[in-house]
Amino acid sequence: MHYTFNIERGNFTDAGQASSSVKRTLKQLGVDPANIKRTVVALFEAEINAVAHAYGGTIDVDIDGEKIVMVVADEGPGIPNLDLAMQEGWSTASAKVREMGYGAGMGLPNIKKNTDDLKIDTQVGVGTTVTMTVYLT
Amino acid sequence: MTIKEIATLVNGEIVGAPADDLYEVKKAFASDLMSDVLRFSMDETVLITGLCNNQTMRTSEMADLRVVVIGRDKQPDEDMLELAEDSGITIIKCKYSIFKISGILYGAGIAPLY
Ligand SMILES: Nc1ncnc2c1ncn2[C@@H]1O[C@H](COP(=O)(O)OP(=O)(O)OP(=O)(O)O)[C@@H](O)[C@H]1O
Ligand SMILES: [Mg+2]
Repeated sequence: MHYTFNIERGNFTDAGQASSSVKRTLKQLGVDPANIKRTVVALFEAEINAVAHAYGGTIDVDIDGEKIVMVVADEGPGIPNLDLAMQEGWSTASAKVREMGYGAGMGLPNIKKNTDDLKIDTQVGVGTTVTMTVYLT
Repeated sequence: MTIKEIATLVNGEIVGAPADDLYEVKKAFASDLMSDVLRFSMDETVLITGLCNNQTMRTSEMADLRVVVIGRDKQPDEDMLELAEDSGITIIKCKYSIFKISGILYGAGIAPLY
């Protein structure tokens, strides 16, 4: 199964809708709760990053019996230093983003922890594509 | 402890999804930082927070939280209450500060998450 969603820049009213929708789908498919939780936590963090730090983008989710592959692709500033960005506590979140409850610098570490495979392609001034895989077995 | 017992202890008001009397709360975590909440398992845990917006509910949904105490007399809007109902999250609205809420629940035997 394939699902596509759009992410809107700076829209903190609707941010998380895609992850919420994927969560419902996974529940309906009878995926076990532990795998649902790690999947949606990773997707949610990536979705919020695209809203908070980039100019929006798209989410593609593919689910088969073995795995869930999620691709969050944004147009945005990119990440100049990925090693730094992956560190717990490192954040460049704006005042507005912090007001929304984000900016702990825990999003990317949370994604890393909750996925079996993580690939981040990022280009400064162009955008970032985060590809996350969760194996269900 | 039940959700209603928590509401009584902090002199709060229940809104959002109706309180599930069978849900047992044993632990609490206090934070205004949503990614901090997503680091942990929130089984049998109540979140105490001063963050009162849609993202509080979205994060709680992803974290499988069932009950959130919103302190500092913050008022959830319609949109937020709808999100809470849709995802089965009970909100306890409370006038007290986060420190006071935490102290009361700690004193009543709710354990820290860590
Ligand atoms: N999609 C993105 N585009 C541009 N920069 C990004 C993107 N995702 C992350 N970053 C950069 O990496 C930093 C760390 O991201 P991370 O998700 O770990 O923390 P955060 O978003 O700042 O805070 P948190 O996720 O804890 O609320 C961000 O502050 C930002 O500088
Ligand atoms: Mg983040």
